[in-house]
Amino acid sequence: MTRLLLIIVLNALVSNVLLVRFLGICSFLGVSQQIKASASLGAAVIFVMAIASAVANLLYDNVLVPLRIEFMHTIIFILVIAALVQIVEMFLKKKSPGLYKSLGIYLPLITTNCAVLGIANSNIGSGFVDSVLTGIGTAVGYTIAIVLLAGIRSRISESDLPRPLRGAPVVLLAAALMAIAFMGFSVLEPVIKSTLGGA
Amino acid sequence: MKNKYFERIYNGLIKENPTFVLMLGMCPALAVTDTAIHGVSMGLSTLAVLVLSNFLISVMRNVIPDQVRLPSYIVIVASFVTIVSLLLQAYLPSVYSALGAFIELIVVNCIILGRAEAYANKHTPGLSVMDGIGMGLGFTVALTLTGLVREFLGAGTAFDMRVFPKEYAVGIIKDAPGAFMVIALFIIIMNAIGIKTRQRELVNSNGCDGCCAKCAMRCEEKKEEEAK
Repeated sequence: MTRLLLIIVLNALVSNVLLVRFLGICSFLGVSQQIKASASLGAAVIFVMAIASAVANLLYDNVLVPLRIEFMHTIIFILVIAALVQIVEMFLKKKSPGLYKSLGIYLPLITTNCAVLGIANSNIGSGFVDSVLTGIGTAVGYTIAIVLLAGIRSRISESDLPRPLRGAPVVLLAAALMAIAFMGFSVLEPVIKSTLGGA
Repeated sequence: MKNKYFERIYNGLIKENPTFVLMLGMCPALAVTDTAIHGVSMGLSTLAVLVLSNFLISVMRNVIPDQVRLPSYIVIVASFVTIVSLLLQAYLPSVYSALGAFIELIVVNCIILGRAEAYANKHTPGLSVMDGIGMGLGFTVALTLTGLVREFLGAGTAFDMRVFPKEYAVGIIKDAPGAFMVIALFIIIMNAIGIKTRQRELVNSNGCDGCCAKCAMRCEEKKEEEAK
């Protein structure tokens, strides 16, 4: 149980996918105008990343390694993720129209979200449970960061900025300040790593 | 005739600079620009994949059915990325280990799918290759400049040569927050001196800034709907 929690905290806060590892920045800057939209995107990412991590891990260990085509993992993973997103989209559309309405339009975006592929790649070699937990933790971190940025942006949009700062620069500067705040969590890294290693 | 080809390069370098104007492919632009050398290597790897995939997609643009074009592009790009990453592992292992996961993540780099979708599938191979070179150079220059500034301020070196003592360096510029700051700084400078870029408002207005191929498609759909 502790291990479970520690892996999630490690991936959500300490090595935050957006602010420390710089994966999935496109959607971080693109879909963070409104808190509601970014929260929905975050939920969709949690959903897809958990499934994608599980599938990619099973596929790598049970198909790619026995066939000795490990070098093909990038091609296979991206196709699996694309197919998976499509399936999830169709499934939601049929089974849960309410959820589809709130998540649906963000699902296609996730195919090209490098966070999903990045985590699938970096999970290579770790166990099944750890991979899924890493996927969930990472996605939770993604949601936290993007919702926070959306909150900041909704304030910024009402302020009177110097002309050159408008648009992208001020968002990047806000992200920089968030990154400084998240650097504080790096103190936890050695503690968590040693606990995980000992357990 | 020659102008048309050079126009593509100017377009990629300044007018539609992928990093500073279109804000595409921001992940590597932020992640592997801690030194100028990393920036150059990442930029050149992306350039190679971009030129090759633009060429192949443009050659095959009449063969690939419209409905399955995105999966086909992804397979083409992923194959080239695998080739580049294996070549780097074999001949430049130090570069490969420094850039790490981001070489393989070129697959999902918005620039490449974006250019395939927006340019290569509508134009001749020659123009597409020039477009790839222009965009790739724009990306490389942006990454190199960002890397240079971050390395200079953050560690006191330039291309691994010491400029001033380490004690005076501002470490945070080399860390994660510095990446955001330096890129913001470049965009501010470009805005302030008013370099003519493609209409930014057009991209920003429908919430599609910094998005990828799929999003670009949605933007087009939106525009079509609005037109109706």
